[in-house]
Amino acid sequence: MDWKIADDRPIWIQLSQQLTAQIVSGVYKPGQRLPSVREFAADAGVNPNTMQRALAELENKGFIITNRTAGRSVTQDMEKIETLRRDRAMEQARQFLSQMKELGYTREEIGNVLTQALKEDV
Amino acid sequence: MTQELLVCSGLTKRFGRKEALKNVNLRLEGGKIIGLLGPNGSGKTTFIKLVNGLLMPDAGSILIDGQAPGVYSKSIISYLPDRMYFANWMRVKDIVELFHDFYQDFSKEKAVDMLNRLNISLEERMKHLSKGNKEKVQLVLVMSRRAKLYLLDEPIGGVDPAARDFILHTILTNYSEDASVLISTHLIADVEKVLDEVIFLKDGELVRQDSVDHIRESEGMSVDQLFRSIFAVPESGYQGLWDGAAGGQAGPGR
Repeated sequence: MDWKIADDRPIWIQLSQQLTAQIVSGVYKPGQRLPSVREFAADAGVNPNTMQRALAELENKGFIITNRTAGRSVTQDMEKIETLRRDRAMEQARQFLSQMKELGYTREEIGNVLTQALKEDV
Repeated sequence: MTQELLVCSGLTKRFGRKEALKNVNLRLEGGKIIGLLGPNGSGKTTFIKLVNGLLMPDAGSILIDGQAPGVYSKSIISYLPDRMYFANWMRVKDIVELFHDFYQDFSKEKAVDMLNRLNISLEERMKHLSKGNKEKVQLVLVMSRRAKLYLLDEPIGGVDPAARDFILHTILTNYSEDASVLISTHLIADVEKVLDEVIFLKDGELVRQDSVDHIRESEGMSVDQLFRSIFAVPESGYQGLWDGAAGGQAGPGR
């Protein structure tokens, strides 16, 4: 997969965000076994300790589960994943709204533009 | 607590009247990849040669895995020098055999496998290899040892960006769990992602030792950007050059 590391923030935070996005979007399915820290690190071209920290963060939040013998896997708690997905969507929507308001659009106009865009996007 | 792999106290090295390293104190743990960063002439190679036992300090001490540089330290350090040291007439396979004879912890299978993936033939003579391929051969050999401490002096200096990725990937996937890798370079943007920690050397002095993520967190910028700000060349010295440049190209600070 394509990992993007920006300059201005800690690398582990960016990794954990991108891993979260992959769980939300279903690249890694509920209950699916995840690659090892080293495999993930090699794929992203980052230090294994940094990747470890990113995965530990997801573990703390309960999105992935560590099994002593079988390695790490995605949680099977669908509710958790769904909540995460909705949080992400709301975040995006709020961003969209604030940008539209910056353009001087009213609530009604925003609704119209969105409907229009949805129609075009078939 | 993990035992410290490398401890330097008051390390000083002079060449004639010039102090190449001044009172360097540092501790490195096992299991980390550390960048040794600094501009040209800041003491990076001198430091590596001291750790390696190729130079003797004028003051201070070095302990590697608890021991002074010597037979034991050489057995656990895998060293990539900043220049080639293989005879030109040798074939790649001769050098692989040489390493196999020399180092107990050398894995021939690993070396051959990596050379294959790089499309470097074992039959090739060193003098027929390009500069970049020679460097790759050296790195492959150095990383095929199961060492505790890898000292890599400018491992990516002479190779193209794609080969850089391969080399960093090789380093990431081949060092053993409890081993540490010390990489000296000034190509920071390229190596930043693989590093745990960085050591900044400036005019022979250690000016900062910190983790990459801590630098990003506390400074809000990458290590590369921090490096550029610490080691910025004073602009006034270039002013004349910029003023004389034709075409109205914007110089720094305009």
